[in-house]
Amino acid sequence: MTKTAIDLPPKGGFSFDLCRRNAFLESQGAKMPKFRKTGTTIVGLVFKDGVILGADTRATEGEIVCDKNCEKIHYLAPNIYCCGAGTAADTENVTDMVSSQLELHRYATSRESRVVTALTMLKSHLFGYQGQVSAALVLGGVDVTGPHLHAVYPHGSTDTLPFATMGSGSLAAMAVFESRFKEGMTKEQGIEVVCAAICAGIFNDLGSGSNVDLCVITKGGKEYLRNYQQPNPRSYTHSKGYHFTTILSSKIRSLRNHVRVVEGDAMEEE
Amino acid sequence: MAWAKENGGNNKAAELNYVDRSLDGPSHNFSLMPTPSKHTQYPYVTGSSVLGIKYKDGILLASDTAGCYGSTVRYKSVERLKRIGDNTILGASGEISDFQAITNLLDELITEDWMWDDGNKLGPFEIHNYLNRVMYNRRNKFDPLWNSLVLGGIKKGKKYLGMVSMIGVHFQDNHVATGFGNHLARPIFRDEWKEDMTLEEGVKLLEKCLLVLFYRDRSAINKFQMANVTEGGITITEPFALKVNWELEAFRNPTKGAEGSW
Repeated sequence: MTKTAIDLPPKGGFSFDLCRRNAFLESQGAKMPKFRKTGTTIVGLVFKDGVILGADTRATEGEIVCDKNCEKIHYLAPNIYCCGAGTAADTENVTDMVSSQLELHRYATSRESRVVTALTMLKSHLFGYQGQVSAALVLGGVDVTGPHLHAVYPHGSTDTLPFATMGSGSLAAMAVFESRFKEGMTKEQGIEVVCAAICAGIFNDLGSGSNVDLCVITKGGKEYLRNYQQPNPRSYTHSKGYHFTTILSSKIRSLRNHVRVVEGDAMEEE
Repeated sequence: MAWAKENGGNNKAAELNYVDRSLDGPSHNFSLMPTPSKHTQYPYVTGSSVLGIKYKDGILLASDTAGCYGSTVRYKSVERLKRIGDNTILGASGEISDFQAITNLLDELITEDWMWDDGNKLGPFEIHNYLNRVMYNRRNKFDPLWNSLVLGGIKKGKKYLGMVSMIGVHFQDNHVATGFGNHLARPIFRDEWKEDMTLEEGVKLLEKCLLVLFYRDRSAINKFQMANVTEGGITITEPFALKVNWELEAFRNPTKGAEGSW
């Protein structure tokens, strides 16, 4: 990259200067550091009175599960929550950033935040980074205009849907939704379908696992149900701790009788 | 080595001189070595998923009848379920021409077995083993038969349902699926399949999965076939369509509450 006569201040966004060098190094066999992805099954569903968001709780770093119980349902506003799939750092920071922006917006306008506001902030941010911010989100909330559910893709496109799934387990979860979704479900029916979808992801996708998190948002408020279902308990642990069998026999041999202790110099430490 | 990548490798002479050589030069003269053939490495006309389940009286297989040529649905009446002998049915996804070659091979096998006239007929386990050998041997020659095969049958009361993939991976299970069916149908099978289902329950389960596949697999069409094998014989249904539901209120005006989004 040539230096211009006037040094312009950086305009923000990523600098792609080192990409060619990195690609060359990778082709020569250098290993790039693995980043922590959330693997993931995330879903959202619109029911009669609002929106239900669901997520699994496994975070992976390559082939290793680095967090068995992470939180993938992020707070955006008191009435808006967002599930995130993709790179964990990207989803965390993007939702944090939009959450702060929404709070400032609430102070400026003295009104409850609307889901489309969050949607527009997220999509313009992601589009600006041209897909390099690897965040795939399921955004849901209830505002004055009603319940809304949107799917946001890393390149900045969005879908407005009655039911949405994202992440590596999205096909398993979508199979459950396509066969069981009905319009105008009650809260109990909705929770059952969402749990079934997340469990399909947990048991059929390797990138998803552990527990089911839920968030039910209605006009009256929200219910954040952390670890609503725990279908993967550690069944091999003993609640009182392990204890070993009673002592069957013991034999103590005093080695002092067999060993001749001789005085000598300590070993030289070189 | 920029010229090695231009015109898809037609600069064979230049390529042979420079590709895979160290800068010091080779210890032997490799200019007579041919480049590996690539015509075995992609399919042309493909079929989508095949689903199979065991039920109380036998095996049910299901598939759609589309033959896709890349991203166009070129042939809409491709029968991807075939009967083999009296007690086995074969379903295939992947390259259709390879499936036709496999059915020819199996027809020859069954005919030869019939000619022995020894009172014994090849059963599904034997045909599975034969197919497994065929697929694995072709893979070893770097010229695979580009199919995922589902084989189901019942002989002397013993039910069999298994799958052989293009590289020779094979297994048996209570429910199998190929291609997209693995991702969309298997989760539903794992949840809802149970031992000793009746024919109606089995058909209902398969229809549910076929519908999900039609909604979410781009190479599926709404024209399906089912094959049923029991001790009494084999039936392959005529092509049928399933009832689809696009009447969700939310689909009528998806951006009603979110003006400007899409």
